[in-house]
Amino acid sequence: MEEVLQQVINGLSQGSIYALIALGYTMVYGIIQLINFAHGDVYMIGAFVGYFSMTSFHMGFVEALITAMAVCTVLGVTIERIAYRPLRNSPRIAVLITAIGVSLILEYTMMYFFGASVRSYPPQSAFMSGSFNVHGVVIKNMQVVIIGISVTLMLILQYIVKRTKVGKAMRAVSQDAEAARLMGINVDTTISLTFALGSALAGAAGVLVGVYYNSINPLMGIMPGLKAFVAAVFGGIGLIPGALIGAYVIGLLETGVAALGYSLFRDGVVFAVLIIVLIVKPTGLLGKNTKEKV
Amino acid sequence: MTEILTMSQVSLNFGGLTAVSSVDLSLSEGELVGLIGPNGAGKTSIFNLLTGVYAPSAGAIHFHREGSTLNLGGKKPHAICHAGIGRTFQNIRLFRNLTVLDNVVIAAAQNQPYGLVASFLHTPKQHRCERETRERAMELLRIMDLADKADELAQNMSYGEQRRLEIARAMATQPVLLLLDEPAAGMNPAETASLTELIAWLRETFKLTILLIEHDMSLVMNICERLYVLDHGVLIASGTPAEIQHDPAVITAYLGEEVADA
Amino acid sequence: MARILPLLAKVVAVLAVYLVVQAMIMTGVVDDYILITMVTICVNIILAVSLNLITGFTGQFSLGHAGFMSIGAYTTGLLTMHYPTWWAFLLGLLAGGAIAAIIGFLVGLPTLRLRGDYLAIATLGMAEIIRVLFLNFPFTNGAAGLSGMPRFVNWTWLYVFTAGTVILISNFLRSMPGRNLIAVREDEIAASSIGVNAVRAKTLAFVVGAFFGGLAGGLYSSYFYFIKPDLFGFQKSIDILIIVVLGGLGSLTGSVIAAILLAVISSLLQPFPELRMVIYGLILVVVMVFRPQGLMGDRELTFSAMRRLLPHRWREARP
Repeated sequence: MEEVLQQVINGLSQGSIYALIALGYTMVYGIIQLINFAHGDVYMIGAFVGYFSMTSFHMGFVEALITAMAVCTVLGVTIERIAYRPLRNSPRIAVLITAIGVSLILEYTMMYFFGASVRSYPPQSAFMSGSFNVHGVVIKNMQVVIIGISVTLMLILQYIVKRTKVGKAMRAVSQDAEAARLMGINVDTTISLTFALGSALAGAAGVLVGVYYNSINPLMGIMPGLKAFVAAVFGGIGLIPGALIGAYVIGLLETGVAALGYSLFRDGVVFAVLIIVLIVKPTGLLGKNTKEKV
Repeated sequence: MTEILTMSQVSLNFGGLTAVSSVDLSLSEGELVGLIGPNGAGKTSIFNLLTGVYAPSAGAIHFHREGSTLNLGGKKPHAICHAGIGRTFQNIRLFRNLTVLDNVVIAAAQNQPYGLVASFLHTPKQHRCERETRERAMELLRIMDLADKADELAQNMSYGEQRRLEIARAMATQPVLLLLDEPAAGMNPAETASLTELIAWLRETFKLTILLIEHDMSLVMNICERLYVLDHGVLIASGTPAEIQHDPAVITAYLGEEVADA
Repeated sequence: MARILPLLAKVVAVLAVYLVVQAMIMTGVVDDYILITMVTICVNIILAVSLNLITGFTGQFSLGHAGFMSIGAYTTGLLTMHYPTWWAFLLGLLAGGAIAAIIGFLVGLPTLRLRGDYLAIATLGMAEIIRVLFLNFPFTNGAAGLSGMPRFVNWTWLYVFTAGTVILISNFLRSMPGRNLIAVREDEIAASSIGVNAVRAKTLAFVVGAFFGGLAGGLYSSYFYFIKPDLFGFQKSIDILIIVVLGGLGSLTGSVIAAILLAVISSLLQPFPELRMVIYGLILVVVMVFRPQGLMGDRELTFSAMRRLLPHRWREARP
């Protein structure tokens, strides 16, 4: 029983990180139907910014987190402005290839300047590296911080999307960009804001992963990026609650499979479950089936 | 006259919405019948039921051909096409990036008797079939007055030409029953008049049975022998054009209560 | 007669390319290093042309082509390691293609209900599952992979299979079953209204595409005599997709040109490994921003098209 609870805690931490990345994927998809393959690399940049904030500029955890989120926000908006906006009316596959191009540029620019080797985050404060024990289940303070920060950021996001004017604009543009434009919504600004929010969350995820797993490298964004994308599709891409459910399911699934001793099969199981879900429900768990009008 | 198609008590529901409700409709061999009604009456839904795009929620659709009867309910669209029903679409659905000729060739080639291996190796038999198909397709383009546009892209055709191309494509599958969904929509009176003639000529020449949806009353009254009138998914009248013109239920459906009372 | 001449021109052109390269290899103009690039080009041409069949011509977005490739690579690799003979090599290529085709069929049937991005992620997942299986099978030597299989591939075999694939697929696309795939891409509902079985067409595209993907994998493993699961990951699938999109979705000659172009660029940039990928990424972004339909769009480079490019008096001189 303790073992199960222990794995649930680990799974929730992992799931929280996926959720932060998946939210950016799903928001961008919801608004411009683009699988933003560069999103995982924004997360990688976040991890590196956090690393340099702590080592070169001797910032604390919170300052580093905020710096990383700020830098990633600027990065995300810039990518959208330079690479995606000129392609607003192009075939979607062209935008997808552009996203892959941006992803390569980010990965290998980092590799060119900082090398391919793995770097470790500096040691964290005594509080961050501590842990406590609840009925035999060891919970690291770090895990509480990760889950806490993720949930807080998600609540803020939910508030922005549901309650504020920009959130309403975002939802309007994702329904019908042309109609939103006619209603006086600045579509380009709204799309930029979506990238800003998504990228900030990815930046936060990067720093959290850095302190949690203690190792970062320029290609670290590829696999979590894919997993987060899978999470978004799993829940029904374009839907914020779907991305959350998907991310936690995948986090729990992964830690579960690894705990049972099949860690080599971990990625395979995640994808197998995804395919089964899609076959049963082709638009994801929460997605709506739409039929083409004849 | 022998019946070729019968719909008995056919209904179609989407969730709680009833698009078609207990419709009885039948066509005899060689007839030209019109299906009319206000917008949203469920006319296109009936076409979609007949061609397998939707499966009926209740009721049966039977297609009679050469002494045998086929139950169309739940059949896939491609199987229904092979059974001998061709159609056009209200919102023109051509293969837009292909040439006019290829649009018709694809349809005409469906029952070519060569296999997969022949298609990879381009065997002499495949060549012979291809040539025949091409000739047949060109013949149809000539009939529809599109032969000089054969090598242009379908999307570059004018609206009227696209409608005619869709008919050519449907004809290439050699149907015995042809369903035309608003063939004259977007055409000017002169184009409509020549299309009217063309439809009558096609029916005569190819011994077709035709069911058409149309808003242009000059076309409908000119060539349809019988009409069915649909409103809110329910058949409200059927009969000859002259009978329909004076049917109070039809006038109400089209013009509203008050005018009918006046 | 009108049909014989262009056919003859094609045969002559295909033979000429082969003989010229063969002569250059024999005289030493093409050294081992250039040959490696040419092998890469040929394998990529087969991969791109077969993926183009699925994604460009049938409109089915697939992100898992490397999965089919790995099946062929392991099949041929394992067979020739145990039976190092020509027959085993040829059998391995065919069997690799066939197994890939069967997997393509099995994966195709249920997942073809999915559209667009959902299909893309499902195919990506399929390829990842195949990769994880190759990591864990008792006979594939895990992450270290297989090495030391005999090299049977030479320029002649390579050229036969590459030209053969392009010709077969191009024939296929100019016949009824192939044109049905294009009809499904253009408008699935209209296609089924004229008797095209859309599910059958899409499955067929996956089966044929997977077969040639597997064949390419077999050629790859026999030339480079070293394969491991990581060579056939997501990145490889993306590489193939990039060739297809850059060349133009729906253009076989576009895929061929893009495969050659990218390999040349990539080998020119060989001395700068990190910068190479940055430049590669920049090329992708720039090409997509300025020419989103790819180099060729959906057009083909044919002999008659090339003749139109010639100056007038040359054109007139021809019979």
